[in-house]
Amino acid sequence: MPRETVAEFSVESVQALSEDGEIDEDLAPSLSDDQLLELYELMKRSRRLDERAISLQRRGELGTYAPAIGQEAAQVGSAFAMADDDWIVPSFRESAALLTRGTDPHRILWYALGMEEGAEIPDGANAFPPSIPVGSQPLHAAGIGWGEGIQDRPNVAVTYFGDGATSEGDVYEAFNFAGVYDAQTVFVCQNNRYAISTRLADQTAAETLAQKAIAAGIDGVRVDGNDVLGVYRVVQEALKRAREGEPMLVETLTYRRSMHTTSDDPSAYRDAEEEEEWEARDPIVRFQVYLEENGILDQERKEEVEQRVESEISEAIERAKEGAADVDGADMFRYVYDEMPPYLEGQLQEFEG
Amino acid sequence: MADKYRVVGAVRETLRAELEHDEEVVLYGEDVGRAGGVFRATEGLLDDFPDRVFDTPVAEAGIVGAGAGLAATGLRPVAEIQFQSFIYQGFHQLAQHVARMRSRTRGTLTLPMTIRTPYGGGIHALELHSESYEAGFSHVPGLTVVVPSTPAETSGLLRSAIRHPDPVVFLEPTRLYRSVREEVPEDHEIPLGESRIAEPGEDVTVVAWGSMLQRTLDVADDIDASVEVVDPRTIHPLDTETITDSVKKTGRCVVVHEAPRTAGMAGEITARINEDAFLYLEAPVERVTGYDVPVPFFAREDDYVPDEERIAEGIRKTVEF
Repeated sequence: MPRETVAEFSVESVQALSEDGEIDEDLAPSLSDDQLLELYELMKRSRRLDERAISLQRRGELGTYAPAIGQEAAQVGSAFAMADDDWIVPSFRESAALLTRGTDPHRILWYALGMEEGAEIPDGANAFPPSIPVGSQPLHAAGIGWGEGIQDRPNVAVTYFGDGATSEGDVYEAFNFAGVYDAQTVFVCQNNRYAISTRLADQTAAETLAQKAIAAGIDGVRVDGNDVLGVYRVVQEALKRAREGEPMLVETLTYRRSMHTTSDDPSAYRDAEEEEEWEARDPIVRFQVYLEENGILDQERKEEVEQRVESEISEAIERAKEGAADVDGADMFRYVYDEMPPYLEGQLQEFEG
Repeated sequence: MADKYRVVGAVRETLRAELEHDEEVVLYGEDVGRAGGVFRATEGLLDDFPDRVFDTPVAEAGIVGAGAGLAATGLRPVAEIQFQSFIYQGFHQLAQHVARMRSRTRGTLTLPMTIRTPYGGGIHALELHSESYEAGFSHVPGLTVVVPSTPAETSGLLRSAIRHPDPVVFLEPTRLYRSVREEVPEDHEIPLGESRIAEPGEDVTVVAWGSMLQRTLDVADDIDASVEVVDPRTIHPLDTETITDSVKKTGRCVVVHEAPRTAGMAGEITARINEDAFLYLEAPVERVTGYDVPVPFFAREDDYVPDEERIAEGIRKTVEF
C-alpha cells in the first residue's frame, strides 16, 4: 500500500476527584484515613510556608521566592507516592514536594535567603538540590534512573519541571535517554499554564504536554493536577512501571495561582477573572470538601492542623533567621574542590585579610 | 613490563584497566561501543565490558547531564564527546550543574566524572573539529582541566582523572593520537595539579602543553639557547609554582598554545608570573599562540597553529630582549 498509517498514539487523562469533590470509586487510591489526613496537612503546610515566605519577602526579610500556591496537589500527590529511597530531582518551585519528602522548611527558607545551606543534601537522602536553569534537571533524573538500573537497584528518580521547560531541548534529550536506557525515571511536568508571562498557547502548538514523551518512545499521561488523589494514583502507577525500567511522563494539569516569583506581577499579563476562576478550583479546597463530606475531617481536626502548621512554620522561620546570622563568607572557598588548590588558598587568605 | 603504545592506545588500555580495576566505572558516548570510537580509542571495550560500555544517542547535553545523574548514584562515568567543539551543546550542563554541584551543596553532593574529548588541530579535519577551549573550561570554577602530551603521560593522567573526586575535562590532542609510540607503565597515576619539567634548561622557560609540547621540545633541541620546558599537564587548577620557580631561575618566559591569544591561558600565566616572579624577569613574557580568529578550515590550518618557526622566533625575541 503506497500510503498507510504506521503509528498511532493517544493520550489518556485521569481525574479521581471531581471539581466538586466527588470520588470516582474505580480510580480512588487505597489510602487510609490517616494517610488522607497526612496529604491534607502536607498541602496546608506548603501553602502556609509559601504565604509566610511571600510576606517575609515583602518585608525585605527574604530573597526571591517561587511559591507553589495552587500546585500543592500536583506536588504532594506525586511525592507522597514515592518510596523512601527514590530520588527527587526538583526545579525551584517545589516547596510542597520537598516538604512531602521530609525536607525541613527552614532549609527551603535558607535557599531563599541566598544560603548554600539551603541546597545541602541531608545525610542519606537521595536528592538533588533545586535547579534554577529551566529544564536542565530532567537529564539528571534520566541519568539517575539509568544508573540505578545499571546497579540493579529498585530506586526511581522523580523529576519536576514546568510547562515552559518542555520547550527546552534538554527535556527532549532526557526523555530520549530514558527511553533508550530503560531508565527508572518518572518525569512530572507541572503544567501550570504560565512560564512567567508566556501562556501555554504561545509555548507550544502541542495539544498536550504528555504527548511530548511519545516521540521519544516513552508513554505520557495527563492527570488533573488539582486532584491530589488522581495525581497520587497516576504517579504510583508510573513509579511501579519505572521500577521495571519503563520511564514515563506525567503531565499534571494545574494552575500557578500566585506569581512566578516574588519579583513578578501577574496582573501585567492575566486578568483577575481568570485568577478568581482558579481560586474556585483550588486543590486544597477540593480535597477538603471530599474529606469533610466523607467524615474524615471535622472542624476540630481542621483547627488542629492549622495550629500545628502555623507553629511549625513560625519555628522554621525563626530557625532560618538564626542560621542566616551565622553565614561565614570564607565558606565560599571551601567546597569548590575536594582539596583546596594553592591559588584558592591564596585567595582565601586575601579574603580574610 | 610496560607495553608500547601511541596516545590512542594509551587511552584505550587505561580505560580497559580502569574498567577492570573498578566496577563502578562506566564508559559511554557517541559511537564508543560498536564502532570503538571515531579515533578507535575505545575499540574492543564493549566486547570486554558489555554491561558497562554504552553507545549514546547523539546528544551532548544528554551525555554531560545524564553523567551527573550516573555519578550521583555512585558510578564513575567516563564520557566521550566526539570532538571538543561539540561539547558546546553540553557546556551549559557543565557550567550550570556539574562544575558547581560540590560548591552549591557544600560538599554534600559531588559528581566525580571524566569527560574525554579529542582537542586541537593538526589532522586536517572538517571545521569545528580543531578547537582548543581549555581557557573556557578553566574559567568555570569547579572544573579540572587536563591536557596530556605523550602516551605515558596520557595514561597516568587519565587514570588519575577517572579516580579523581571532582569532574575532569580531559582534552586529548588529536594530532598526537597516532604519533610516537612509547612505553606506558601499568597502573601508573600522575597526580593532577602538578606541572612537570619536560626538559631542564637555564636561559629561558617555555610553557607548552598538548601537541605544542613536542613542537617546543623540537625547537629547544635546535635553538641556540638552553631552554627549560614546563608542561603544566593540568591546565586548571594550575600548578603556578613550578612555572614561577623556573622563571625565577631563567628570568625569561614564553607561553605557547594553539588557542586564541585573547583571554587565553598564556595571559593568565603571564599574570601569575607578574604576581609571583616579577622582579626576576629580564624580559616581558612572550605569547606564541593561535590568532584571535575562528580556527580556519584545514586549508589554512597550518597558518593558524603555531609552528616551529613561530615558537623559535618567540624564544629568540625573549632571549635577545
